[in-house]
Amino acid sequence: MRLAALAAALFAFWLLLSGIFTPFLVLSGLAAAVGVAALAWRMEVVDREGHPIHLMPGALAYWPWLVKEIVKSGWQVARIVLDPRLPISPTLVRFSPSQSTVVGLVTHANSITLTPGTLTIEAEREAFLVHALTRGGAAGLAGSEMDRRVTRLEGGP
Amino acid sequence: MSAALGFASWALLVAGAGACLVGALGTLRMPDFYTRAHAASLVDTLGAGFVLLGLALQAGWGLVAAKLALVGLLIFFTSPAAAHALARAALGRGLQPLLFGEDAPSKR
Repeated sequence: MRLAALAAALFAFWLLLSGIFTPFLVLSGLAAAVGVAALAWRMEVVDREGHPIHLMPGALAYWPWLVKEIVKSGWQVARIVLDPRLPISPTLVRFSPSQSTVVGLVTHANSITLTPGTLTIEAEREAFLVHALTRGGAAGLAGSEMDRRVTRLEGGP
Repeated sequence: MSAALGFASWALLVAGAGACLVGALGTLRMPDFYTRAHAASLVDTLGAGFVLLGLALQAGWGLVAAKLALVGLLIFFTSPAAAHALARAALGRGLQPLLFGEDAPSKR
């Protein structure tokens, strides 16, 4: 199941980049996709972590929310940059994320970094070290809505 | 291309360019490495995002738009990893962040 999804994704990627649909090229792409999937299977990297298709439905619900957050905080950072007084209050904050899987932790850490104004410096299972541009941004990190949403995405603690 | 679509496309392109400009300005104005990284993240989130969306509207439905979406996906996954690696390396080498409440450093 996971293997078939990997081969299908690779094949779709081939078709997308090639854009030429002659029988020879399409069949080559299919052979290449199946071959690479077979190699990945032999290397035993097609697991819940390497190809997390079970997260796709949750991710499709999470990403639009994340994009909204990125635009919102991007606007705030832009206002800070354009403010003549440059009202920053850089803060380091350490807190424990509530995710239990590696994919969940990475998603949370990446989401924090993607959001302008916060930057994950260390991401361990027990604690994240985050640099925030303002004290307000740092205060909202522990037990944030993002934390809850990513935990729900990975299937709850 | 309809006029409304063309207008939306150009509005997105201009917004993306504006985000890049503000990000560049912020990178110059911020006092230390970590705060500069925040300003730079404006460029690869809002800047790249708006420009890619605007270009996708120019291209219309098709292979080009799908490829632009792939470029966006690539940036979406790689840019936070790169920013994280930079910040972690900086802290690992002992570059202390300038924190609120401490003395501001002398202007370089």
